[in-house]
Amino acid sequence: MATGQDASTLDRRAFLKVSALVGGGMALSLTMPGMARGADSDEVVELTDFVTIDHAGLITIAAKNPEIGQGVKTSLPMLIAEELDCAWDQVNVVQADFDPSRYERQRAGGSLAIRFEWLPMRQAGAAARQMLVAAAAETSGLPASELSTASGFVRHSASGRKWSYGELASAAARQPAPDLAKVELKDPKDFGIVGKPTVGVDSARVLRGEALFGIDTRMPGMLHAVLETAPAHGGKLKSADTSAAKAARGVVAVLKLDGIGGPDAMTDCVAVIATNHWYAEQARKLLTLEWDLGAAKGHSLDAYAKEAARLHDADKGAELRRDGDAPARLAEAAKVVRARYSYPFIAHATLEPQNCTALYKDGALEMWAPTQTPDRGVGMIEKLLGIPADRQTVHITRIGGGFGRRLFADFMVQAAALAKAMPGKPVQLLWNRAEDIKRDFYRPGGWHSFAAGLDDDGKLIAFTDHFSTFGSEGKPHHSASMQPIHFPAGLVEDLLYTMDVIDTVIPMGPLRAPGSNALAHAFQGFLDEVAEAAGKDLPTLMLELCAEDRVIGEDTNAWGTGWAFKTARARGVIEKVLKDSGWAKRGSGDGRGMGFGFYFSHQGYFAEVADVSVEGEDVKVHKLWVAADVGSHIVNPMGAEAQVTGAIVDGLAQAMGQRISFTDGVIEQENFDTFPLGRISATPEISVSWVKTDNPPSGLGEPALPPVVPALTNAIYAAGGKRIRDLPIQSWT
Amino acid sequence: MLEEDEFMLVVNGEERLIKASADMPLLWALRQEVGLSGVKFGCGAGLCGACTVHLDGSPVRSCVLPLGSVGSSEVTTLEGIQDDPLAERLFDAWLEIDVMQCGYCQAGQIMSAHALLKDNPTPSNEEIDMAMEGNICRCGTYPRIREAIRIASEEEEA
Ligand code: FES
Ligand code: FES
Repeated sequence: MATGQDASTLDRRAFLKVSALVGGGMALSLTMPGMARGADSDEVVELTDFVTIDHAGLITIAAKNPEIGQGVKTSLPMLIAEELDCAWDQVNVVQADFDPSRYERQRAGGSLAIRFEWLPMRQAGAAARQMLVAAAAETSGLPASELSTASGFVRHSASGRKWSYGELASAAARQPAPDLAKVELKDPKDFGIVGKPTVGVDSARVLRGEALFGIDTRMPGMLHAVLETAPAHGGKLKSADTSAAKAARGVVAVLKLDGIGGPDAMTDCVAVIATNHWYAEQARKLLTLEWDLGAAKGHSLDAYAKEAARLHDADKGAELRRDGDAPARLAEAAKVVRARYSYPFIAHATLEPQNCTALYKDGALEMWAPTQTPDRGVGMIEKLLGIPADRQTVHITRIGGGFGRRLFADFMVQAAALAKAMPGKPVQLLWNRAEDIKRDFYRPGGWHSFAAGLDDDGKLIAFTDHFSTFGSEGKPHHSASMQPIHFPAGLVEDLLYTMDVIDTVIPMGPLRAPGSNALAHAFQGFLDEVAEAAGKDLPTLMLELCAEDRVIGEDTNAWGTGWAFKTARARGVIEKVLKDSGWAKRGSGDGRGMGFGFYFSHQGYFAEVADVSVEGEDVKVHKLWVAADVGSHIVNPMGAEAQVTGAIVDGLAQAMGQRISFTDGVIEQENFDTFPLGRISATPEISVSWVKTDNPPSGLGEPALPPVVPALTNAIYAAGGKRIRDLPIQSWT
Repeated sequence: MLEEDEFMLVVNGEERLIKASADMPLLWALRQEVGLSGVKFGCGAGLCGACTVHLDGSPVRSCVLPLGSVGSSEVTTLEGIQDDPLAERLFDAWLEIDVMQCGYCQAGQIMSAHALLKDNPTPSNEEIDMAMEGNICRCGTYPRIREAIRIASEEEEA
């Protein structure tokens, strides 16, 4: 840090709590856990909702969105600091509490942070900068137009005078808040923070073992709760004998709670509350509960697979998209390729299990929540538990992995219900690993029957897909749907997509690149077969399909960041990855081969090549090449590359061995032995190239994942292994 | 004289009297009786390594180690190696290339890496993989874990 305080000062500053400061102007108190307030406090001046400056020049920037490992707690403040024009080492970042009146959207999901916040965060930084310049003008009597800023100072170059942001802070806070739409922004070529590899703001604190995560929340007298829920999804509690559990060591209370609002809130359960999580876990084994599991009867993966097979044989799905007359073109094609693909349900398995800490006192609820969607939790608690939103405080903790799991706020509702039942006592709800896997909102499984017609020249002239997915009453669940514009729609003249929907009681939800993570496997795997039948390879087929500059779908908003697919951007990354991987000169045979996959999701274009060896059932991935186009700028290259390599490791693990199975609604996996996550020995070398294009920057949490799955399966085939149409590659049941 | 459910643990060099049932895993005693957060809960079954601590210097999974069997062995958590020179090299390497994403597994990763380099200051890639295989990183930070261990071990060599 530039200001050179001793360690204790820095630690104290690390606890500056932006949310404690209200309105504009002077705020004289700051709060720190475990320290008396006021006695030792510097004057801390809040310029805007995002920027606070103390008189020594330390700048505190509020990070508004939840940090789940995607790096937003670093990247969004970088955007602010860039336009504020300070030095990054003057900056201390704090996590903002949930406060929509100040921060509007505070969610982690959809790889949207950079896409949505690129401009607003820059404007927030520029607004604070403008106030500092105005303050210097007021203090000095010089016109603002003669003043410039750099590295935390306002300067007047003609006279050589300069003022630090710290000394201007109080005067700056008295300036009117600028119109965000009119603030002056830097020319991106002058960026000094954006685009620089930057270490995560919490990294050093994690290495010190600091209590940052939801599970680390500690309060005097805090109790630990576990919830015993039905063994099968949709189960209802018929009777409960809790006497033995109540008498067990450490147990404070055993509560029977009725379900409210479904599995995304709270199903029937019995809570055991004890002085230590371990005691709660032990006591729950002493519960004698009788469940009605009728709702899930027959909801078994095998039964779903049979139903899908029947639907595909009957071939009568509802029409999702029809261009021309694909069945007729297939009938006259020189060659027809047909294949069925499938993928299983999978779980999120964040390493930090679901948890939430809550305290209910005098009608107010305070929560410490590792949530991707604080707003959703607050809304549900208001509706289901009757605690008004304005009586709820949510502290967003650092989060041990999200991947979409924590878009659900079930654990918040449950912790709130427990706290409400135990007023005045802080209660920490923690799920064990088996519950975390068995009570997830799964990536839905699905089945595809494809047909493709080739003409005499090997050109793709017709394409059909019959898709079986999950939902209710004929409507696919939002995480189980497929866009009618899915590739190659719009690029093949005669095309037909049909779909049918199987009813399920198994909860479903978005998992890192929802939809895409499954569809990429099916479509890019099948197109690899089509390319082979046409006597070419998949990237060649993809380049042919994308040969003309086309835009498929619509750029609907003012930013031009709709979901439109641009063929030119696809070509850019495909060509790049072919070059990087030496694709044209790839060898084959001897059990080694390369495979290719491309996918477009979350506004990111990703082409990937895998180099693998196959020996019997064993697959070894040697290297992965990634070429990515996420627009004109990479905010934090250090974090960006990590998102890509992490997604690769994730996708490889999914493809290799992940599968959730169930019988009569009972999930059959409980831990990492049967639901395997990626491990270090299975991790290949990964090379990442950025293809920068003149497009608005977009997010990176998700889009790198989908294409690695087909890159891997296509490589296994190229290496002389099986054509993998059904995931996972290795069965673990 | 200790009661049947009292245990004198040596944690990070300090004696701690813990009153708890003998079958309580060390993990929950450290997290909730001692109040340490540098040891994490991931699986409770010895499968993920998030709860790795050192017992007399060797890495163990504290989620499957009953309190009653710790005896007088010295327990060291991430908090207890902060000033150790080898740990400092690891921290520097970890920050140089910013290994972590969510960070949840990293306490366990550091404890395993520390034990590896203590016994084998210049491990091969295979030896790194073998020593770290039991530590899951759900975020997939493995390429940087490997690289950081290499950086820390090269500094040893230099
Ligand atoms: S929590 Fe101990 S190995 Fe996973
Ligand atoms: S950094 Fe998230 S689990 Fe390892």
